[in-house]
Amino acid sequence: MQEAMIKRAKELLADGSVDRVIGWKRGEFAYDITPAVFTSAEELDRDFVCDDFTAANVSKYLVKETQKEGKVLAFLKPCDTYSFNQLVKEHRIDREKVYVIGIEGGPKLDIEKIRAKGITGILGVRNEDYTLKIETIYGTQTMPFYEAVLGKCASCKSKKHVVFDELIGEDGDVLDSNRFEMVEKLENMTAQERFDFWRDQLSKCIRCNACRNVCPACTCENCVFDNPKSGIDNKAPADSFEENMFHIIRAFHVAGRCTDCGECSRVCPQHIPLHLLNRKFIKDINELYGEYQAGADTTSRAPLTDYNKDDCEPSIVHERGVE
Amino acid sequence: MQRIGVFVCHCGTNIAATVDVKAVAEALGHEPGVVISQEYQYMCSESGQELVKNAIKEQKLTGVVICSCSPRMHENTFRKAAASAGLNPYLVEIANIREQCSWIHKDIATATEKAIILGRTAVAKVHLNTPLTSMESPVVKRALVIGGGIAGIQTALDIAEAGFDVDIVEKNPTIGGKMAQIDKTFPTLDCAACILTPKMVEASQNERITIHSFSEVADVKGFVGNFTVKIKKKARFVDETKCTGCGLCTEKCPMKKVPNEFNMGLDNRSAIYIPFAQAVPKVATIDPNYCMMMKSGKCGVCSKVCSAGAIDYKQQDTFIEQQYGAIVVATGFNPIKLDKYDEFAYNQCPDVVTSLELERLMNAAGPNGGTLLRPSDKSHPHTIVFVQCVGSRCDDEKGKPYCSKICCMYTAKHAMLIREKYPDTEVYVFYIDVRTPGKNFDEFYRRAVEQYNVHYIKGMVGKVTPKSDGKIDVQASDLLAGEQLHINADMVVLAAAIEPDKTARPLATMLTTQMDTNDFFTEAHPKLRPVESATAGIFLSGACQGPKDIPETVAQASAAAAKAIGLLCKNSITCNPCVAHSDELMCNGCSSCEKVCPYGAITYVDKEFRMPDRSTKVRRVASVNPAVCQGCGACTVACPSGAMDLSGFSNSQIMAEVDAICK
Ligand SMILES: Cc1cc2nc3c(=O)[nH]c(=O)nc-3n(C[C@H](O)[C@H](O)[C@H](O)COP(=O)(O)OP(=O)(O)OC[C@H]3O[C@@H](n4cnc5c(N)ncnc54)[C@H](O)[C@@H]3O)c2cc1C
Ligand code: SF4
Ligand code: SF4
Ligand code: SF4
Repeated sequence: MQEAMIKRAKELLADGSVDRVIGWKRGEFAYDITPAVFTSAEELDRDFVCDDFTAANVSKYLVKETQKEGKVLAFLKPCDTYSFNQLVKEHRIDREKVYVIGIEGGPKLDIEKIRAKGITGILGVRNEDYTLKIETIYGTQTMPFYEAVLGKCASCKSKKHVVFDELIGEDGDVLDSNRFEMVEKLENMTAQERFDFWRDQLSKCIRCNACRNVCPACTCENCVFDNPKSGIDNKAPADSFEENMFHIIRAFHVAGRCTDCGECSRVCPQHIPLHLLNRKFIKDINELYGEYQAGADTTSRAPLTDYNKDDCEPSIVHERGVE
Repeated sequence: MQRIGVFVCHCGTNIAATVDVKAVAEALGHEPGVVISQEYQYMCSESGQELVKNAIKEQKLTGVVICSCSPRMHENTFRKAAASAGLNPYLVEIANIREQCSWIHKDIATATEKAIILGRTAVAKVHLNTPLTSMESPVVKRALVIGGGIAGIQTALDIAEAGFDVDIVEKNPTIGGKMAQIDKTFPTLDCAACILTPKMVEASQNERITIHSFSEVADVKGFVGNFTVKIKKKARFVDETKCTGCGLCTEKCPMKKVPNEFNMGLDNRSAIYIPFAQAVPKVATIDPNYCMMMKSGKCGVCSKVCSAGAIDYKQQDTFIEQQYGAIVVATGFNPIKLDKYDEFAYNQCPDVVTSLELERLMNAAGPNGGTLLRPSDKSHPHTIVFVQCVGSRCDDEKGKPYCSKICCMYTAKHAMLIREKYPDTEVYVFYIDVRTPGKNFDEFYRRAVEQYNVHYIKGMVGKVTPKSDGKIDVQASDLLAGEQLHINADMVVLAAAIEPDKTARPLATMLTTQMDTNDFFTEAHPKLRPVESATAGIFLSGACQGPKDIPETVAQASAAAAKAIGLLCKNSITCNPCVAHSDELMCNGCSSCEKVCPYGAITYVDKEFRMPDRSTKVRRVASVNPAVCQGCGACTVACPSGAMDLSGFSNSQIMAEVDAICK
């Protein structure tokens, strides 16, 4: 697929349809992937990569890219197309300035899961019939492919591209995923157990802001956590609950807009399952206001900023709060 | 440094009986920034206000907190007092320790504690208050009336009389509304046409009134004093400016089998028609669904006979745009459809009619020239049964939960008129209860019973069954006698519930006005502001606001006119300064706020920003029109970036209040 993508990108650059290409390139190591912008055939040939590690969702970068002159070619996986649509809906991306090529999605790999098997000195990986062959400086190692899959891909919600100008490969379907399983487990805990679970998880946070910076729903021009006027900006934690508030505020901030792309948990260096907070909101919205998938389209009214007569009453908070 | 004055009101014993006002004043005196804290018997009285004014001057106060009744009562009083003492009125805050405290608590200790917390909260807020100044916005001196029934006509006449231009938009080919279809009117029994048509003519001849008949409102933009309305003039295929209303075309038109809506479909009209003789404007209209020329290109008779050359088969809908300072809604009502009432055989039997159909059957300009005949065989009915509350006061899906209000009276009217004109006819009225609270109304009803011997029976009609001999079996219960009845009737008249016009709901959306669950327009306050909608500059007239008879409709129409005139008299209006504004540096242009704003106050502009690297960037940002914003605050909570804020109720003020409560 990588070859086909590079070929098409070069064509579109050559005929002037686009001025830039957004994709991925390698860092120091094979698994060390970062999103990157390419402006020439040479750059594409040299650096462009799309492989088992290119999990990063590039849609957020288009906010800045479309504020510039010219048109961008973006390669979007199915999950990325939802983020893209949501950003178009919020007028954050100028749709006119993007040429979207839908590409096949994951499952993509989680380097941490490979390392957890004690495998080090990794040079590259190959998927051979769902056995992962890992080249290392110490020789080839193997592990079952599915044990190395990213959490977000293991609970994939959709293989369907909700927006594209062109496809490379096949379009898939919305999946019947198991993504709310863990949320249900949390719901079934007692309030104290749940509180302890989250205190335990969130106390690991080092406030590196990676989750916020990667989140496609977090594109505010001036984030409240960076804005001294907000009164909740990046001050040193005054008490041990401060970090918890950061995450609670963020979860409310993206409620109804989060497409469940899973990037927050993917990038967290402390492995905090942040996506569970957002999934809880998604599950509640589905149950209280009817099924809603943020980013599925660019026109529907979002349940939290819309009103209709069937909306639940505020008393639901109390009803659901009782143990 | 803030210098805040706190003033605690006893409200006689209203507050002082449950709240220890001295303790409240004492406690609040220790709050940060408070330099004076006093209590007084009636803060709103002349001398109470003096106390506040003197303190402002002597103590050089920078903020005032009044612990008293609801701000709805006296906020304005105290703001004015502060202004007269030289303090910006928006530096005054009210802590409601009456409705929210003394009136709902019994225990003095808890009530006092709560009063202190409420006072402390207001002090915390006033620390962050900023002086606000109201803006002025000019008023366009022209009014729009939507709907040309008696309500719309009366409102338009009153506004024109006061010297302002006014346009009526009426969706039908003529103005007049339901009243034009009514025969005689209760409680005086004068003829509806005799009192209505002079008003219709007066409206058409008044040079300040423009009637757009056969027209609809297509779009509304703007705000109080400055609405821009797009009016769709539907093609009537007759040039209004040329047609003289001679009616020759309607006579010669060969297509005569069109159900006549003015006579409730009880007779037919031609494809080109003038609804009734006194129609205003008296202009013909072609019904393209029936016109043979328009359907098959074969005919063209009307065009040939029209000496004025007014016929134009190719006419298109046209749009006009006009500015208005005020808009009055007068879209009226309609009787509900009775399709679902199989038990009354309305769809099965032509001799089961609605009350409005009966009005036409009895009217001299109606299908039978004013002689009451059965629609089925044109014979004289000798026994007539009236059924009241058909679809009114209903708890099922078929009907309406409310009382339609006018049916008791018009049924008494019908019964009386029939007994007067046809004394050999027996008249039965089945009712749940008879409601006659208007002036001279009960006398009117009693006359029907006592003088005209109408048989009023308390009870429900269970089933109406047409029989093979042309008679109708009415099975009913007499609740007072406790027995079942069968009446062998010739006609049955159903007093159908009334409902707002179906076009009212989309219109309300365009006007951003509120409606209740029954689609009646909601007034701003049920008692104190009955003819204003909650949206500034939009007024309500007639049955579109709730069921009404003609006297009430006309009274409300004139009241709505008075309110509109009050607005149009002003050269500019003072806007509430407690409006939203977005911080452009923080705004993402995401449209969340625009989607929740019930007043359409938010639009977007592309703005250039200088970036730190000296480049410029164009971004879409929200912009609030302060003249349209009502300060509801919906946008501020919807805004994900915290860019939107409300003056006078800023996010930081509200957080300060929450903190003060939780302290
Ligand atoms: C059978 C019957 C008998 C009655 N008898 C009496 C009586 O004897 N005495 C009495 O006092 N009252 C009587 N009434 C009540 C009386 O008819 C009403 O009080 C009166 O008609 C209300 O006037 P209105 O202008 O509010 O509404 P309407 O008469 O309904 O007029 C509304 C007008 O607005 C127009 N319109 C609606 N929507 C739009 C739109 N979107 N755009 C433009 N135009 C629009 C309609 O076409 C209509 O012309 C009777 C009612 C009925 C049904
Ligand atoms: S990425 Fe993880 S550690 Fe960093 S701020 Fe987010 S939750 Fe905290
Ligand atoms: S405060 Fe209310 S009326 Fe004003 S802009 Fe915001 S949502 Fe609209
Ligand atoms: S909701 Fe906030 S960020 Fe979005 S457009 Fe409105 S003011 Fe701007």
